[in-house]
Parts: sequence; structure tokens; C-alpha cells
Amino acid sequence: MSAAMDTESTYSGYSHYSGHSKKAHRQGRDRHKSPRSKDGSRSEKSVTIQTPPAEPLLGNDASRAEEGQDDNWGETTTAITGTSEHSISQEDIARISKDLEDSVGLDCKRYLGLTVAAVLGLLVFLTPIAFILLPQILWRDDLEPCGTVCEGLFISVAFKLLILLIGTWALFFRQPKADLPRVFVFRALLLVLIFLFVFSYWLFYGVRILDSKDTNYQGIVQYAVSLVDALLFIHYLAIVLLELRQLQPMFTVKVVRSTDGESRYYSLGHLSIQRAALVVLENYYRDFTVYNPALLTASKSRAAKHMAGLKVYNVDGPGNNVSGQSRAMIAAAARRRDSSHNELYYEEADHERRVRKRRARLVVAVEEAFTHIKRLQAEEQQKAPGETMDPREAAQAIFPSMARALQKYLRTTRQQQYHSMESILQHLSFCITNNMTPKAFLERYLNPGPTLQYDKDRWFSKQWTLVSEEAVTSGLQDGTVFVLKCLDFSLVVNVKKIPFIKLSEEFIDPKSHKFVLRLQSETSV
Amino acid sequence: PTILSYFIFFQQRIEIHKLRQGDNLILGFSIGGGIDQDPTQNPFSEDKTDKGIYVTRVTEGGPAEVAGLQIGDKIMQVNGWDMTMVTHDQARKRLTKRNEEVVRLLVTRQSLQKAVQQSMMS
Repeated sequence: MSAAMDTESTYSGYSHYSGHSKKAHRQGRDRHKSPRSKDGSRSEKSVTIQTPPAEPLLGNDASRAEEGQDDNWGETTTAITGTSEHSISQEDIARISKDLEDSVGLDCKRYLGLTVAAVLGLLVFLTPIAFILLPQILWRDDLEPCGTVCEGLFISVAFKLLILLIGTWALFFRQPKADLPRVFVFRALLLVLIFLFVFSYWLFYGVRILDSKDTNYQGIVQYAVSLVDALLFIHYLAIVLLELRQLQPMFTVKVVRSTDGESRYYSLGHLSIQRAALVVLENYYRDFTVYNPALLTASKSRAAKHMAGLKVYNVDGPGNNVSGQSRAMIAAAARRRDSSHNELYYEEADHERRVRKRRARLVVAVEEAFTHIKRLQAEEQQKAPGETMDPREAAQAIFPSMARALQKYLRTTRQQQYHSMESILQHLSFCITNNMTPKAFLERYLNPGPTLQYDKDRWFSKQWTLVSEEAVTSGLQDGTVFVLKCLDFSLVVNVKKIPFIKLSEEFIDPKSHKFVLRLQSETSV
Repeated sequence: PTILSYFIFFQQRIEIHKLRQGDNLILGFSIGGGIDQDPTQNPFSEDKTDKGIYVTRVTEGGPAEVAGLQIGDKIMQVNGWDMTMVTHDQARKRLTKRNEEVVRLLVTRQSLQKAVQQSMMS
């Protein structure tokens, strides 16, 4: 095994920023592992940046933050400091300000909608009761006495109102799980419909009953019952429009993440674009592996190297033909025989081998660590009271033996910022409590998991913007494309209709399965 | 001229005199193929869906060899009877009629076709 594989240095993208050769740079990195010369070599690196100014700020900040976190917990088990000296980068400031200004506006809109709906609902619910009570209050003496049929109708009204109440509570009173840019079209339509409906009932009631002081009380009660029936039917309409219509899958939606091309397919029914975006986002947090910016630096530096080193000289005279210059550069870069594909191949093979080696070491270390712990049965617990530990203490006891291997593995796979020492200890005590095997403990670290698994600070994706060429309340169509943007990356969503399937039947009689040997005879004549 | 070679099937007429062996008249070759047989097993045919009758073996010194029949020949007609759409057994019967001493075969042969094509092209 070469010495290079056993050193503690990991290959990281920012090595391209310096002008040194690779070998010299490895020595440079080894040098800055010792705390003394850290600052010295860091400043050395930042001075020699010469390639595209696209993201020196971000690159440097990320590398500084990595180094601030990394070196502490593996070797010495001291607590980590969350950030390095340069605490907030420009991006963080932008993010914070955006969070502040957006949250205020949207909340107002949401609460307005809720209050309107609540007021309307209350009004609608009290209307039948009002219809029944108002004659009693206003002209009680003139009313005909209420017979058995009439009293039976009271019971019917009461129960129907109860059913309506329960149904409305079940359908509408749910925690809103998202904040959407525009109103739900169907909900708004339903509210308008209910309002008009109740308004017209009140109008009729006011004109024909209140003004003329109708004495037929049974008729009035029946009128109230008809209102409640109609409200129940509107509730049925609401269920069909808001819930049932979207259940049957009509579209297949392909979601691709713009930074690394990870893609998934989902099935959706008839939804508006904003609701489809909501479904996609809910599934994003569960299905897509977490966005890791550290994995993208390698391809960016490759891209930078490709166009670097070519300069266009205008020999023929003054002339600012910019597009001509760019085309010349592109053509020259394409024709240049660079061996970057070779580099990529060997780099990837090397990385793969290194990851596997570290992984093997990690698995062995964890397995050994777990053998030091034994769960005490109930009877044994009384025997040795002094030495028993609770899960947290047990985790702390076996953690140091696997800490180094785990840290090295996480650094190789660029996951180190997603797992702090505290979270690892917590997970370890959780696994010990639930009798998990070492492999179950490691499952969380060996492969990057979905975004939900990690701490909210590390998500990089909390505020989303829906970018669409069509109105976001319009329904999905075949070929619709919209983009869900957050600060660091975006999800491109492509909608395709599920094809119309023509299924025909063919009946096969079970007795019709007959077979014959293949003949190949030869006869001599 | 080369186009013509695809449409002309060069055929050879072969006259075999049957040899009497005891109670039987033998021709001295074996046939394979037929519409009730599996054409993909035929090693001699160019087109593996061809269900015609092919000569699979020619006995040495027999009447067929003497008359010029070769292994791999496809038999098109026997005494005027068509052999391209017959079952294996029907073919056998047409070749072994007891009252015929001479059979006149119309055969076609791949090597023959290729030789003609080459000569036409040169």
C-alpha cells in the first residue's frame, strides 16, 4: 500500500486553487495539520488564488469552517466549537434577511384567509338555528302550535347539524402544513358558493317570512331543515372537489436536483401547480439524499481548469468582437488535447479505494467497541450496583475507541459537518438502548441519508420559491415544467401524463395448451 | 446483368437408375425436410424457413452418386411431381414408387448458383 493512502490528508477541491504542484501541496496540507502553522499556511493558500473569481469567498469560508470543526473531536475528546473565527459569510446574511422579510407578509395573508373562513363557517352554522328561533322570539303568540311532525323535525335538524359540525371539523380544521403563494382556487370557490347560498336563503327568509310574519311554524322548520340538507350536500361537494379528485393518479412527475442530477419519479393526480410543488417538496425531504456542497467542488474545479490558460490576442487590429472571441476560445479548448478525463478516472478509482479501506477499518472498530458492552438482565442488576451505567454513560465509555475511525471515514466521504460529536453520542446511546447491532448503528454514517435525518441547521433548503411560466393555480398539464428554487440549488420538475392504456382481453382455454416434439427425420431412399 | 442472377434458379436435371437389392429398389441417398418438419435444423438450407426436401447423405458408389447428386442439393421435382411443398412421408413415397426404375430429379444447388453469379459478373 502506498504511503499516500495511509496519510491523514484527504483530497479536497480547493487544492486546485494553489499554484503548487500536487506533491508539494500534499506536504503543505500535512504541514497545516499541526496547530502551530495553521494560520501561516492558510494565509499562504489564500494569496495564491488565481483562477476564476466565481467563489473564492465561499470556498475559503467552507474550508475554514471545516478545519475549525474537524480536528477537535477525533483525537482529543473535547467539545466542538460550532464555527470558526469568521462566523457569518455573506450568504448567511442574505439568508437571514430573506427569512425575516418573507415571514411577516405571508402570515398576515394566511390569518386573513383563516378568519374569513371561520367567520363564514360560524355564520352558516348558526343560520338554521336562527331560522327556527326567530319566529318564536318575535311573534310567538301568532304561531300555530308545533305538532309531532314539527317536533320530529327538530330532532332531525339537531342531528344533521351535529353531523355537519363533525364533518367540517374533520375536513377543514387541520394544521396547515404549508404556506402557498396563492389561494386555493377550489376553496375560494366553495366559500363563495356557501356565502351566496346562505345569503339567498336569508333573503328569502327575510322577505317572505319575517316581513309577512308567517304563522305556519311547521313550514318554517321545514325550510330550516332544507337549508341543513343543502349544506350537507355542499359538504359532500367539498370532499369531492378538494380531496377525491386528486387521489387518482394522472401524471408522472420527474424531479431532478440541479446540482448533482439526482432524480425521482412521483405519481400525482389532478393538482394545481402549487399543490403539486407542495407534494414534491414533502417527498423531497424524505427521498432525496441530503444536499452536500462539499461534493461539488471537484467538478467545479475541473470545469475551471478546462477554460483557464487560454487567452485571446487580437492581432488584426482594434475590434471588440466578444462573441467571436468566446467562440474561438471554445473551439480552442475543445481541440486541446487535455488529459483531464484520465485524471478524473484515476482520481475516482483512488477515492473509491480509500473510502473502502476506511470503511473496513470503521466497521471493525465499531464491532470491537460494541463487544465491550453487555446488557444486564433484571436479576443481574441487583448484583453489581456499583458498575452499572445508563445508556449515555455506556455510549461515552465506548465512543473513544471508534471515534478516530469514524472521523476519518466521515472526512473521506465529506460528511463531517453533518455529524457533530454530540449527535453521534446520542445516536450511539439510542442504538445501545434499543439493542441494535454495530451495522445498524453504522447505517446512518455509511451512506448519506435523506434530508430529514439531519439537523435543521444543515439542511440548506428551508425557503423555497416556485418559478413557473404558467399561473401557479392552473392545473398540471402534460409537458408542464416548473422549478423549485432555494438558495443553493433548485429542483426541476417535469410533468408527463400517464398514457391512456387500452387493455383488451384474451381468453385461453386451459385445455388448449398442447405441445409437439420438433421433428427432424432423415429417411434413406 | 448481376440483377438477373437473383431471379434465375439454376437447376440441374439428374437421372437416377434405381439399383435392385433383394426385394427393394434403392436410390442411394437420404432425404431430410418437409413441411411437417422443423426447418431450422436443416444444415444445408440458406434460408432457415425453407421447408423443402434436401439431400442429407449420399452413399458412396450408389446410383445417386453415379448420377451426379450431391449432398446438400434441394430436390424441386421428382418425375414432374413438385417436392417443394410436401410432407416428409409424401416425399419418401414419391421417390420409392415400386413400379418406377428411373427417377428424374430437378435439383438446385447453392454452389451452382454462386458459380453462375460469379461467371455473370466477370
